[in-house]
Amino acid sequence: MDFNGIITQTLTQAIGVSAVIYCLAAVGLNVHFGYTGLLNFGQAGFLAVAAYGLAVSVSRMGLSLWVGVLVGILAAILLALLLGVPTLRLRADYLAIVTIAAAEIIRLIVRSVTFREYFGGSDGITRFADEFYALNPFSSPLDLGVIKFSQNDLWVVTVGWTLIALTSLMIWSLMRSPWGRVLKGIREDEDAVRSLGKNVYSYKMQALVLGGVIGALGGFMAAIAFQSVQPDTYSTEFTFFVYTMLILGGAARIFGPILGAAIFWALLVFVGEFLNEAVNKGVITFLSNTQVGQIRFMLVGLGLMSLMIFRPQGILGDRKELALDAR
Amino acid sequence: MPADAPATTRRDAAVAALAEVAHEPGAPKPDAIVVADGIVRRFGGLTAVDVAHIEIQRGAITALIGPNGAGKTTFFNLLTGFDQPNEGQWSLNARSLKGVPPHKVARRGMVRTFQLTKALSKMTVLDNMRLGVSGQGGEKFWRALFPFAWKSEERRNTERAQELLARFKLDAKQQDFAGEMSGGQRKLLEMARALMVEPEMVMLDEPMAGVNPALTQSLLGHIKDLREQGMTVLFVEHDMDMVRDISDWVIVMAQGQVIAEGPPDSVMSDQRVIDAYLGAHHDQALTDTGEAFTDDAPSPAAPEESA
Repeated sequence: MDFNGIITQTLTQAIGVSAVIYCLAAVGLNVHFGYTGLLNFGQAGFLAVAAYGLAVSVSRMGLSLWVGVLVGILAAILLALLLGVPTLRLRADYLAIVTIAAAEIIRLIVRSVTFREYFGGSDGITRFADEFYALNPFSSPLDLGVIKFSQNDLWVVTVGWTLIALTSLMIWSLMRSPWGRVLKGIREDEDAVRSLGKNVYSYKMQALVLGGVIGALGGFMAAIAFQSVQPDTYSTEFTFFVYTMLILGGAARIFGPILGAAIFWALLVFVGEFLNEAVNKGVITFLSNTQVGQIRFMLVGLGLMSLMIFRPQGILGDRKELALDAR
Repeated sequence: MPADAPATTRRDAAVAALAEVAHEPGAPKPDAIVVADGIVRRFGGLTAVDVAHIEIQRGAITALIGPNGAGKTTFFNLLTGFDQPNEGQWSLNARSLKGVPPHKVARRGMVRTFQLTKALSKMTVLDNMRLGVSGQGGEKFWRALFPFAWKSEERRNTERAQELLARFKLDAKQQDFAGEMSGGQRKLLEMARALMVEPEMVMLDEPMAGVNPALTQSLLGHIKDLREQGMTVLFVEHDMDMVRDISDWVIVMAQGQVIAEGPPDSVMSDQRVIDAYLGAHHDQALTDTGEAFTDDAPSPAAPEESA
């Protein structure tokens, strides 16, 4: 068996394009769920409006890529306001219901035949990010033996990890500030925070917008990295993956979502690659390559279950904090 | 009250101011901070609160008592904006509070605590306290991004928080999670946190519920301190000894209505109160319940009243 190939593929994917996208989505969700306690089940929607905002601006309206980025961010802010205005005054579970539905509505709209001329239906939109790659300072692919990136991927990954570093730094400093303290207070008990004279509604809205915009950055990376936007990338499954990553790494920790996204994605890739290789080489005879796709989710699922049983606070979480809930 | 009671000038002033007030529901007060009229709150077919008129004296400790289900906590929620009544008008310092959201009520100087203590468990005691400070620049998103814009303000707030914690004897715990403390300590923390808002009026919903006897005296002392510092206190309580000990005025609710008002001793010997709150046979052994309750029954006031 080609262990070298499996390991190279796993390590490359752990910091690769997909990991970057999930990472940004998880960092944004951490602001919602980890710090503010907002049950946003529509993070995929934020990525979708950003990606489509970018793609439509460039390929349908002929605007510059950077204007497209601006359009995408505005779309994410608008979505946050749209979701927040009716639901943030209500109990937390309403936000969960509304966000999961809103993300699906967005996906179904961009996928619909009616709007095909704008959003490209189920095929989506392709080839709109040349402007981004024109700025690529790398002239050759990267090959470190265990990590390999093509020239373009290297550029995407560099920008992506820079964005992750910047947003994480921003959240780190925000969560040490009095502003972050109010958010954490809202997560613990919003009535108590209200009784101290804080406008809880406004803070929840700010958190929803901030996390949504960070998610939008993930949407841009997804659109740019593959030079394409497709509606089914932004399904509910995506949001659940992001939740899994966040909880795996440890919610309300700066490095939680980053570590969680990298590990979860690498694990998924590793199990898939390993099983495929084993099937191809005849080591495993009772599986076919098509079955491996499903089996890897089962195995990773099992792993996550044991994590929840033995380390429910996630990798970076603090068990002591979790125990406080039981009181 | 023990002999080592602190300066009681404000108490004397409060008692003197209330001396002329009629002992009847809705009696007008010489200097009312809160005035409420015709407050009605219905939950479906149930009228939980139906208060025709009520005034709360400034600078005094007023107790709100009544049997379970009398609507005390609902009335509390209505006054503080956590719930809105179906009808009625009420004001703080002659400014209407009708339709004002709870956080704005708090900013106007009326801060409440909760029956089920709301300590923010996964935050440190110190952070709980600092959260209480109103109008922090660092609580604005854009300023929060730049630590130099709020560091000095934060230092001042921390000092104030530590002074208050020392007063409440919680300073040794300031770096602990609030969720690690005992129920009584959480009550203390909640009260201290409310003081960080610098309120004019403090509303305490059952401050003694779940507090062990060792902490009770200290809590009582702190509540009296609030009055000595010029704050108005309204509290809901079940513990009659405590009510008699610290309150200057008592308002009794039953079935959503105010049925009696007066100084503690007079209220507790009021026939309507005894009937509604304590039950007609409260001072008889179970074996004696065959006998009818008589008007000349001894007042439940205990003899050791002082100060």
